[in-house]
Amino acid sequence: MRFGFFLKEAIRGLSRNSAPALAALLTVMLTALVLGVFIPIVQATTGTANEVRDRVVVNVYVEDGSTEAERAELRAAITRTTNVKSVDFISKDEGLATAREKNPGAFDEGAELLGKNPLPDTFRVVPEDPGKVSGIIDRLAPKDADGVRVPSLAAIDEVRNKEEDTAKILSATSLVKILTAGLAALLIFASVALVANTTRLSIFARRREVEVMKLVGATNWFIRWPFVIEGVFVGFMGGVLAVLLLTIAKETFVDPLEDRFALLAAPETIDFGLLIAVLLLACVAVSSAGSALTLRRFLRV
Amino acid sequence: MAVSLTDSAQIAPAGRFAKPDVPVVEYRNVTKVYDGGSVGLERASLRVGRGEFVFLVGPTGCGKSTCIRLLMKELEASAGEILISGRSLGDIHRKKLPHMRRNIGVVFQDYKLLPNRTVYANVAYSLEVIGEGRTSIRRKVPDILRLVGLSTKLHNFPDELSGGEQQRVSIARAFVNHPPLLLADEPTGNLDPETSIGIMQLIYRINRTGTTVIVATHDKEMVDKMRRRVIELREGRIVRDELSGLYRPDESTTEFAVRLRGELGVGPEGHPN
Repeated sequence: MRFGFFLKEAIRGLSRNSAPALAALLTVMLTALVLGVFIPIVQATTGTANEVRDRVVVNVYVEDGSTEAERAELRAAITRTTNVKSVDFISKDEGLATAREKNPGAFDEGAELLGKNPLPDTFRVVPEDPGKVSGIIDRLAPKDADGVRVPSLAAIDEVRNKEEDTAKILSATSLVKILTAGLAALLIFASVALVANTTRLSIFARRREVEVMKLVGATNWFIRWPFVIEGVFVGFMGGVLAVLLLTIAKETFVDPLEDRFALLAAPETIDFGLLIAVLLLACVAVSSAGSALTLRRFLRV
Repeated sequence: MAVSLTDSAQIAPAGRFAKPDVPVVEYRNVTKVYDGGSVGLERASLRVGRGEFVFLVGPTGCGKSTCIRLLMKELEASAGEILISGRSLGDIHRKKLPHMRRNIGVVFQDYKLLPNRTVYANVAYSLEVIGEGRTSIRRKVPDILRLVGLSTKLHNFPDELSGGEQQRVSIARAFVNHPPLLLADEPTGNLDPETSIGIMQLIYRINRTGTTVIVATHDKEMVDKMRRRVIELREGRIVRDELSGLYRPDESTTEFAVRLRGELGVGPEGHPN
């Protein structure tokens, strides 16, 4: 019975103050729209950045003629090094096969010319954190006083990564990540502030009403519930409208283009259903919490 | 107003504050200093017994409203103790405050009606607040509105009513659950003399049902004609407490003329010393 009363009060409040309620609803809708567009974009960009970073590897070339035991020791030494995600052994023959596949003409000729396989056995090391790849190299082949790298084990011929590429990839991707994270934080902050402010205004217009209610002997929650229900309603309607627009936009613009742009089809992008759920929940939560919190000031009579 | 108020008064105040010898309102050396340092009330002591009708009089700024607001616990006393029906207001927890307020009806100079509710809904709200059932609300609200003479305006909004009518609604709201204590802060402050009489008549009738009534006013004419207990405040102090008093005790035309010419000097608020 109580809930019925609060619901009736909320509906009365909404219909009697439809202008501020509408403003709050539109604000919620717009911010949800922006977030709904931005979240997948951020995810796609960081996803792509991560994919690029995964290409950073360290190659440890094995000295020709080293024994099986030495190789096992080397493998163990690499695995023990920190920041190593995985180690792959690529034998001379496998290396030649892949190289030949990439560039058939050159290698056929080269191998024939040399009479033997010029490629060394290789351990391909994938780092846990691509940003700290140089640590691995330093451990396996520390620099001596003159700055020349000296392998730490006899079986190592040379330790290498494509330094230039790595440096570029790392700086570019980390910049992208920082930028998108910063933008996302700003946007979320702006959205919450905007929604909170609009609800504040709509409640501020009714603060006298709240005062009178308190003087008549209403308890805080008796006053608060209708406002919270209003907030839930406004948030929900705003969210639903935004989701509706997003769905239309997705169906008409994004889906037809998906085949052509890898970015749009990035597997890391959030599932559309989940996105909708998150948006709706956030709208309702922010809007109702905003109402309840704003009221607090006026309830202190 | 054909219906007499006493009909509905059978159910009235008796129950809630019914402790025979305890005064309904008691101030013990109450001082209220506002945050800015101005003094609202200074060492005021008074007792109001059950069923009394009391006028608080004095010029603006003398502490009348402070008195009323302290009783509502809208303000906290800086020093001293206020008891309502023997219970100290300082002991009432914030959480229990709404329940305490339900036992006090209040009428304000500016009516304080909820602007987006009809007359009926305004009165009904104070019953809804205490969790009264729908059927009893439907019975009581039209009753009380008939009593204050507004049975034809149930579904009007406050801004469609005259000042006097709005004040009647606010009195109906204050009295609908028959509180044992009714406070009125300048109930006729915004009304013409003729309308004021009607309002005061209503408050008087409420008093006749056994409700203790405290009216803060500067309506000299009303106070002089009604000849009830008068408590005069001046700059936060109680300077006079008379049973059946006048707004300003016997002042001849000559005395008034002296005062008007300011021959006795003018006080800080612009009031004669």
